[in-house]
Amino acid sequence: MMPAVRTVIWVVEGTWQGCVDAASHSLPSGAQVALLHVTPSDVTGLADAASAGLLGRFPGRRTTRPFQDVADDAATELLADAAARLGRQDAELLQRRGRVEREVIRAVAENVDLLVVARDGDHSRLGPHSLGPATRFVVDHAPCAVLLVWPDEPPGIESIPPPPPPGHHPPPHRG
Amino acid sequence: MPSPIAETLAGLLLVATLVSAVVRPWGLPEALVAVPAAGLLLLLGVLPLSQAGAEANSLAPTIGFLAAVLVLANLCDRYGLFEAAGTWMATGSRGRPVRLLALVFAVASTVTAVLSLDATVVLLTPVVFATVAQLRLRSKPHVYACTHLANSASLLLPVSNLTNLLAFSASGLSFARFGATMALPWLAAIAVEWLVLRRFFSTDLVGRAEAVTSTRQPVPVFACVVVVLTLLGFFVTSLFHVAPAFAALGGAVTLAVPALVSRRATVRDVGLALEVPFLAFVVALGLIVKAVSIHGLGTLVTHLVPGGTSLGALLLIAAVAAVLANLINNLPAVLLLLPAASVAGPGAVLAVLIGVNTGPNLTYVGSLATLLWRRVLRQRGEELPLSEFMRLGALTVPPVLVAATVALWVSLRLVG
Repeated sequence: MMPAVRTVIWVVEGTWQGCVDAASHSLPSGAQVALLHVTPSDVTGLADAASAGLLGRFPGRRTTRPFQDVADDAATELLADAAARLGRQDAELLQRRGRVEREVIRAVAENVDLLVVARDGDHSRLGPHSLGPATRFVVDHAPCAVLLVWPDEPPGIESIPPPPPPGHHPPPHRG
Repeated sequence: MPSPIAETLAGLLLVATLVSAVVRPWGLPEALVAVPAAGLLLLLGVLPLSQAGAEANSLAPTIGFLAAVLVLANLCDRYGLFEAAGTWMATGSRGRPVRLLALVFAVASTVTAVLSLDATVVLLTPVVFATVAQLRLRSKPHVYACTHLANSASLLLPVSNLTNLLAFSASGLSFARFGATMALPWLAAIAVEWLVLRRFFSTDLVGRAEAVTSTRQPVPVFACVVVVLTLLGFFVTSLFHVAPAFAALGGAVTLAVPALVSRRATVRDVGLALEVPFLAFVVALGLIVKAVSIHGLGTLVTHLVPGGTSLGALLLIAAVAAVLANLINNLPAVLLLLPAASVAGPGAVLAVLIGVNTGPNLTYVGSLATLLWRRVLRQRGEELPLSEFMRLGALTVPPVLVAATVALWVSLRLVG
């Protein structure tokens, strides 16, 4: 018997439904599935650090919930909804916090065969930046196969611009 | 005391004051180092009593104004104004991330201009963060918009930023004139921020928000009316040569009395919102900077601030102010630059404000605060996206600085 394919689906706000749907269409029935969400620690750090410039003045210092707690609760709900959409209640839920691209690579570093990732960006205007910096890093460094999916309907090939005239040299690609 | 020693002592005490204000060891109030430091400078005669008296006198109306605005913003929060803004942004966005970003821009720019940048950082940012999380969109562009606009959109009115309040009396402008002259620079700064952020975060402005299930927060009509009337009051009082701090005081009292009666807030809450230790800190910081200024640094700064209101002069002033704000922090920067700038006229003062208000987006909150804060965040398991922040700062600060200063130059010719 073939060993089960171990798959991790990377769940990100804005694109997760497409990712989950693509996985549920293409996964063999016996595959082990984990759903992964990473809360970026830099965004919560950014929001907290802005008050450093106020040099200690906080109008009233009302105790709002820490940014990390708000983000963690939202992530828990998101993962539960993703598991429900996938229709796999046995799916493992991996909730991480940290540098997004590093945490994703860490989660697939061992014993994972396939990582399902969605493209980013506005698909009404195609490329060249259909991968954000974190997704780009993950695609470049994942130590396993990567299934890159459209988060929505794939665009038709007529969306590709016509080729440049003969003799035209494209500008150097900006990384 | 010989001048070099006095200058060194005053400089060291300034750095100690700023460091302790950012780090706040054991959660102690920021005034704990600042007030004794100012006292020491007075005791040793580094700062003559007469000069200290004059400085404290000129700071007094600013302190009153600041206290009233701090209470006003805090009470608006207690009336639920910011939560209502969150609901409004969520429904108005119709689930589209770019539309949501536009609404965050509108709300953050307005809150910063009317209720000060403190309100945006402390009261609005958590609401924006929670709203975006609830909509299941990516939070980064919206949180960056709040932190950037808290600085860039604080150009419009004297109340928008403590730096503006400090410069307001020195500028010799009325409240209405200040606002009229800074309207164009304010709009220019926001427009540049929009163009850059919209593009910089295009890969994160993706997807459609999911259905919002939360209860809709009702708009606190009373608080809104009081804020609008207070804003009108700022302009009306300035027409009759009354200090606009009285309009702020009126607004704060009008909100406070029903809040106290309905137990929305206690007397203790209002007392805490006054931030007395912080007010003491501002006075002490003013005195310390005065001591630094009269012992040499002031003359150095005077050479850095060119006279005249030519476009070149205004750009140079704004650039010097931005660099200084990034080196130390914008509060001491504005206190240092004001004496020289006010001699050069209101145009120069406003150019200083463009520099010190928009400049800090380059190194976060001034390099000193950034370095110190980074360690605080690491202990909490968070991090400062310093390289990304500075990359975005490098893309926004120079064009914002130029666009706002050119707009100021045009404004000075239109408004006078």
